[in-house]
Amino acid sequence: MTSVIVGATARPYRSDTMIEYRIHGRGGQGSVAAAYLLASAAFEAGHTCQAFPSFGAERRGAPVTAFVRIDNQPIHLRSQVRTPDFLIVQDDTLLLDRGITDGLKPGGAMIVNSRRSDEDVAEAFSCRTKCIPATELALDYIGRPIPNTALLAAFLTMTGHLPVDALAAALKGRFKGAVLEKNLALVDAVAGMVPAGAWKESEDA
Amino acid sequence: MSDNDTDQRAERLAELREKFGRHPVEPKKPFHQGASLRDRQPRFCALESGHRACQGCGEALAARLVMECAGPDVMVANATGCLEVFTTPWPQSAWQVPWVHSLFENSAAVASGMEAAMKARGKNTKILAFGGDGGTYDIGFQALSGMLERYHNILYVCYDNEAYMNTGIQRSSSTPHAASTTTSPAGPERMGKRHLKKDLLGIIAAHHIPYSASASVAYPADLQRKVRYAMGINGPTFLVVHSPCPLGWKHDSHLTIEVARRAVECGLFPIVEMERGELANVMPIREVRPVKDYLALQGRFGHLMKPDDPRAVEELTHLQALADYNITYFNLRGEGEDPADTVGISQVARDRAAGEA
Amino acid sequence: MREALEGSQAIARAVALCEPDVVAAYPITPQTHIVENLSKLVADGELHTEFVSVESEFSAASVVLGAAASGARAYTASSSQGVLLMAEVLFNIAGMRIPLVMTVANRAVSAPLNIWNDHADSMAVRDSGWIQLHCENNQEAVDTTIQAFRISQETDLPVMVCMDGFVLTHTMEVIDIPTIAQVRKWLPPFEFKRALDPSDPKSLGALVGPDFFPEVRHSHHAAVTKALPVIEKTDRSWARAFKRGCGGLLTTEGPKDAKIGIIAMGSTVGTLRSGLAKTEDAGVRLIKLRAFRPLPEEALREATRGLDHLIVIDRAISPGLGGILGTEIKAVLYGTPDAPRIHNHAIGLGGRDIPETIVGDLLSAIEDPDATPFSVFDADLTMLPPEDR
Repeated sequence: MTSVIVGATARPYRSDTMIEYRIHGRGGQGSVAAAYLLASAAFEAGHTCQAFPSFGAERRGAPVTAFVRIDNQPIHLRSQVRTPDFLIVQDDTLLLDRGITDGLKPGGAMIVNSRRSDEDVAEAFSCRTKCIPATELALDYIGRPIPNTALLAAFLTMTGHLPVDALAAALKGRFKGAVLEKNLALVDAVAGMVPAGAWKESEDA
Repeated sequence: MSDNDTDQRAERLAELREKFGRHPVEPKKPFHQGASLRDRQPRFCALESGHRACQGCGEALAARLVMECAGPDVMVANATGCLEVFTTPWPQSAWQVPWVHSLFENSAAVASGMEAAMKARGKNTKILAFGGDGGTYDIGFQALSGMLERYHNILYVCYDNEAYMNTGIQRSSSTPHAASTTTSPAGPERMGKRHLKKDLLGIIAAHHIPYSASASVAYPADLQRKVRYAMGINGPTFLVVHSPCPLGWKHDSHLTIEVARRAVECGLFPIVEMERGELANVMPIREVRPVKDYLALQGRFGHLMKPDDPRAVEELTHLQALADYNITYFNLRGEGEDPADTVGISQVARDRAAGEA
Repeated sequence: MREALEGSQAIARAVALCEPDVVAAYPITPQTHIVENLSKLVADGELHTEFVSVESEFSAASVVLGAAASGARAYTASSSQGVLLMAEVLFNIAGMRIPLVMTVANRAVSAPLNIWNDHADSMAVRDSGWIQLHCENNQEAVDTTIQAFRISQETDLPVMVCMDGFVLTHTMEVIDIPTIAQVRKWLPPFEFKRALDPSDPKSLGALVGPDFFPEVRHSHHAAVTKALPVIEKTDRSWARAFKRGCGGLLTTEGPKDAKIGIIAMGSTVGTLRSGLAKTEDAGVRLIKLRAFRPLPEEALREATRGLDHLIVIDRAISPGLGGILGTEIKAVLYGTPDAPRIHNHAIGLGGRDIPETIVGDLLSAIEDPDATPFSVFDADLTMLPPEDR
């Protein structure tokens, strides 16, 4: 039997380039879809990616978590994201849980679907924060209170992690026709609302 | 299926295979499209003699009668039970058609898979599923219901001998009220089975399948007519065949047919046909017998034959009432003499057989 | 073509590429997305198969049994309670040596009710006589699914492709999906010599008495054992055609002179690899076991040669005994000169998240004088009343 393949010694398994995200939301808000969209966008931009939900039995309205990893080489790690670089929070009532920023890396940042001021939330959680009224924007542009597209658009615009075009490409893989057009319009609108590249340095952090 | 249909099907198949890159499978010409009457309808012997059934086995007879007219272009899924055990003691098999036994409770589901395979492979071979009353009324009931609901093109035949005979005569939900079995024995505290026989045909009919019917080994012409009719239907059909078990019912082996006939004649086993859930036809009883005539032949009802025991009298009355109810409910008395009644049907069949031979 | 796909979606696509004649499945978390995606492919006209929507897992297994026995390429999928409900049929399929493929989205078994990943379900049917292959990631799951159809028809045995529920089934990652032309070229059309056929009637599933039963069992055992080279050969052929393999029977990584080894199956291997990369100079050999049935005994002895310690990771336990894989590895190494000391730990039962830091803890435990031969490693015993610890 010659099935044993002895691999190369001390192959570098893990890069320092991996970026980890944790998405918090409520069942029905498209948190898992957001994770898949972000991963798809990363793939469209030529990265490797991994996205998965917290595998719960949650019903509508219950808090849910989803995770995304993006890298430039194969991702082996399969645990939940414990030390995220970024947090995406789809519902500001989740900020009532003080533990929401647990594990956030130093220099990390959080984007929140909220009408509260950035400073207010940033002070409360001692991390860089951007709040955008994603539900209202989604209602205006898509007609449904699904905040994920707006949050991702804002996030990518601010961090410059992935070109916003990659998000558009990911949306094209998921939606068709009028729904796609509305989502793309929302992406454009949000990209114009937030300071492009404001969090860019954190990519090098 | 006409030649025209066959051609169209072959064409469509070739078209699909061409489109999706699979080799076309030639639909086999069914055996029953033979040139002569004899070719088309031979006394095809799919269940050979030499199997290991008991003397006077009603189930072996019923299966042979079913197979004779089902013809060779069939495949059988057989539930665990007497029929399976006595026909296939390895390395022997009494079956002359493709036959598969998997488990006790899944013959309807295995048949569903076989039928799906035939559809996928563009073949017309009809699938039969066989089970005893245990495998049909009880443990295989869910799979059967699923098969009927999914509208598979399968004829399911239940050989009803009213108890788990393969494991030694334990009661099933098909065991008649007051019958003594090894798990519903009669004794000072019990008069045999305390519950009623399940109205399976009623439940089957509620699936609104094209055709369901009861038959009896005592009336082979009627039984075979029903099998032929069911074979011609493209969809789920169901036949329950009353099949006495000399060992389990405790009667002499030579009395199998007589016992089966009396079950019909007393009204305890009504012979009926249902189409799409509606009663379509019944076999009228020319001269209704009292249930006692039927019960007295069988040891399993021996504890009821005690006129001095008030409990026995009560149960006997109860069984008579059940039979009377069937007769009224299905209108089994018919209108005068009928060539297809309990006397006529067997006479007619014998005459026909003599005429053709 | 490389795409970012959810594991279940990728599996459905892989199954469709194999053009099964009959698919029968009953939904259960976390297998549902596989069945849903297959149903969608059928509805969209992209998969031409008889999709039988059964009323239970028991019937799902029975339908594919009947279909494959009738000469159709057949596929089913299940998880957890579904696998257990199928158990009787699974033994039957294997005993009749019917070639078909089933995906098991591995999940814990109730009670207590738990929908998350461990290996209790496929382990419960370990002795059914199926081939069982485990996948580390979704690419391997896709490739192994297609390979399974070939292995199955080449061996006349059913093949169970085990993939971790949720951890793989619900994870999106970049997956290279072969084209239909590639798969058609690589996977021969389905053939089952003993298939039921009215022009050549055979009886399948006869009653076999004591005068022949041991011989039947022996030949079944021999057939599953003989699948070892077929699994290897198939993966090599796959690697030649698609420029990537799934690791044959097992693979090893790490220094040749390693004194410590870790062996695991499924997605846990990835997390362990990631953890090892962060453990400076660990000098650990990582063994990924792909074939659990048949168990590649010789390859396992070779893979563990030179080790002083072998940590065996189980994702299921046999209460009253301990780890299942651990026990089997001990049996394999029994009598081998200089066999490593076995440290058997169950981790991640019922979906307990496995952090990469667990690698350091596992390595430290080797030196722990109080360590037991088996432990549920990540159980927090302080959560239990004293009498249950």
